[in-house]
Amino acid sequence: MAEKLHPETMAVIETKVRDAATDELTLVQAAKRGDVGAFEELVKRYDRNIFRIAQHITQNREDAEDVTQDAFLKAYENLEQFQGNSKFYTWLVRIAVNESLMKLRRRRTDRTVSLDEDIKTEEDTMPREVADWSPNPEQLYKQGELKDILRKTIQGLPASFRTVFVLRDVEGLSTEETAEALDLSIPAVKSRLLRARLQLRERLNKYFRKPKRAETAKSDVR
Amino acid sequence: MTCADFLKELTDYLDAAIDESTRAELEDHLAWCHNCYVICNTTKKTIEIYRDSQLYELPEELRSRLEVAILSKCAGKKKQSAP
Repeated sequence: MAEKLHPETMAVIETKVRDAATDELTLVQAAKRGDVGAFEELVKRYDRNIFRIAQHITQNREDAEDVTQDAFLKAYENLEQFQGNSKFYTWLVRIAVNESLMKLRRRRTDRTVSLDEDIKTEEDTMPREVADWSPNPEQLYKQGELKDILRKTIQGLPASFRTVFVLRDVEGLSTEETAEALDLSIPAVKSRLLRARLQLRERLNKYFRKPKRAETAKSDVR
Repeated sequence: MTCADFLKELTDYLDAAIDESTRAELEDHLAWCHNCYVICNTTKKTIEIYRDSQLYELPEELRSRLEVAILSKCAGKKKQSAP
């Protein structure tokens, strides 16, 4: 099921990634020298991603707008502190995640939102229900309806799980980049990611499971 | 390999981040364990659906407004810090 890429394809991808990183660093260095045009290029390159991440974490559009502005402004003000040891984008994501969590805390009365939030129970990784899904579950619903289901489902995850899932699976950051952006260890990222994926899967069961017949079996996971 | 062992490795398996021998063990398990096969497939589908769904796109009009706001604030900061 997990497919490996051909070595030549991997080489092409690696070259493209390296070129993009060099290009990014050139823009950052120009911005550090005061070239606002170079910073504008970085804004245009990443504003969609930052907005998406912010809205996923805050679950609020106005907050996502504020976070997008504040994250870029903070990045601009602190460019000198960016050492180039990581990708600029990872550094920017880290700022945006922190801003998003601050917004979320302000909206919550319990004010306990944290990336350290690690709800550890056996249930998290032990699926309660094993039901096969329809072959193309996304086609069971109209586009808008499907998006509502997906939004509602991901909103139910704890912020710490949601954030890891969004960075890793929606935005495509690597495990290492996600760990760096969230200041978590790699095992912590993997553990949260597994639980986020399994919890989302479990919650989507009721929408996507195969209709009719008794396809659903009680979990007899050993 | 038990189902619990399989689940522990599921994330690395889906991300193709495991060595060949572990992968072979997991695939052996998948060949006879229907529950894990279903969990694996539906988890993979969960990731794909979220990855492809573009839940929170930034509309062009809002994007332009944000870019103008960000860059004017940056230009303001630059002026402030100029000697």
